[in-house]
Amino acid sequence: MSEKIINNISKQFNNSIEYSKENNCIFVINPDKWLEIATFILNDNDLKFDYLMCITGYDLGESSRFGVAYNFYSTSLKHYIEIRVEIDEDIEISSIANLWNAANWHERETFDLYGIKFSNHPDMKRILLPEDWEGHPLRKDYKTPDYYNGMPVPKDKSYWE
Amino acid sequence: MFKVIDKSIISADEMVLNMGPQHPSTHGVLRLKIITDGEIVSKVEPVIGYLHRCFEKHCENLSYEQIVPFTDRCDYLASMHMSHSYSMAVEKLLDVELPERVEYIRVIIAELQRIASHLIAVGAFGLDVGAITPFTWTLRDRERILDLFELLCGARLLYNYVWPGGVSHDLPSKFVERTKEFLDYFEPQIDEYNQLLTTNKIFIERSADVGVLPLNVGVNFGVTGPSLRASGTNFDLRKDEPYSVYSKFDFDVPVGEGLMGTVGDCWDRYYVRVLEMKESVKIIRQAFEGLPSGDVHEVLPKKIRPRKGEAYSRYESARGDVGFYIRSDGKNTPTRLKMRSPAYCNLSVLDEISSGWMISDVITILGSLDIVLGEIDR
Repeated sequence: MSEKIINNISKQFNNSIEYSKENNCIFVINPDKWLEIATFILNDNDLKFDYLMCITGYDLGESSRFGVAYNFYSTSLKHYIEIRVEIDEDIEISSIANLWNAANWHERETFDLYGIKFSNHPDMKRILLPEDWEGHPLRKDYKTPDYYNGMPVPKDKSYWE
Repeated sequence: MFKVIDKSIISADEMVLNMGPQHPSTHGVLRLKIITDGEIVSKVEPVIGYLHRCFEKHCENLSYEQIVPFTDRCDYLASMHMSHSYSMAVEKLLDVELPERVEYIRVIIAELQRIASHLIAVGAFGLDVGAITPFTWTLRDRERILDLFELLCGARLLYNYVWPGGVSHDLPSKFVERTKEFLDYFEPQIDEYNQLLTTNKIFIERSADVGVLPLNVGVNFGVTGPSLRASGTNFDLRKDEPYSVYSKFDFDVPVGEGLMGTVGDCWDRYYVRVLEMKESVKIIRQAFEGLPSGDVHEVLPKKIRPRKGEAYSRYESARGDVGFYIRSDGKNTPTRLKMRSPAYCNLSVLDEISSGWMISDVITILGSLDIVLGEIDR
């Protein structure tokens, strides 16, 4: 990630972002500004991040509980950026599915596995798990349920050996 | 005098048609909820998750070495690509420099795997539009590649061959010779596929001008790999962000040109794969010429304990841009492993490009995207 990109973004959103050299990524401190930052990096002529590669949710298990990492690439300018938004459990992140359609399914997956809510998402529902599944399995405090729809859930080999 | 007809009376009701989860042309356990107006499709909603095996949850409880066989089972038609891309992500965390022989072997194997995967894609696409013979031809040739892999590591489909820090075995004594024999046999075969399928009139009628994917839509949806290159861009990670030793080889990136219709139609997506097989043959030949000697287990770590931190690696697989995002806290298991699967993003564009076409064309479009459900559902 070049310094030029970081300067470009921090010039516009000085109080909302923080560059971390150790992690080589940009942290969004103020999640309310995320949609504005996303619109900026998509449309600015020196950035043009038109290709959203990946959205990764993660559980920190600490005070600011969840994090979402966005990896962007520019197909015309050939540069790369990683942006992370870290939030508390009950805070919503603005959805960027209206800017990058690729975000639609990735955000649904993040919601499905972590329960992170994205506001203004066009079609927020589970994608990989069944719709009647309870809980969000990739959370660090997730406990495997004993029953699913009345069927016992096998937890160790004693069920099939 | 004509009477003004109330349009709500004559407009046909929309019907919901369920295709799958068990259906021969959905390439696995995929369910398509198709909303149709007569035979015209107005909306397609892919319902996925039937093959969800909790890959990412498993990875949080497995050591880095144990994850390799799991990655193989994600994209089971291109297992080598998956374990290669995973190994690259772990190596990025470990900061190791690989011996050149390992990189060369990995490239040779990856390109053989790309041919094998594209042979299935090309043959199965023919099958989707009603051409049965080409599938038997491509399967016959893929069989020879599987034989080579069997010679290499004993397995035919799920190899566990590429490990973080190296590969499991060195090349067996007859491997180079037999692979060269295969390449000599295979190159003329591509022209035979072209005679049999590519230029077949019925095939062209079915696939040309159907399901056109404009470039900006493709990029916006995150479509990658041959499916995006058919829309007229040369975006290929092997050229744009060369990993391994790809920068040493001379090869072209085939781009869709709209020879039979519009740029980015189903025929282009098919033909880009045919051309890519030729380029892969070129790469393998060059790799054999420069193959250095050395020990493939030289930097293979006994125990993998990466530094604390995160890594995102990218890899051009047969289906597109595979990404592995790994968060490590310094222990021997990752705290988070996310796989960005290319077919997952490629499938999400299906609704966008298939509305307005007939139900039979949805099959064509789905076949041309070349999805693998094991990788989508993980």
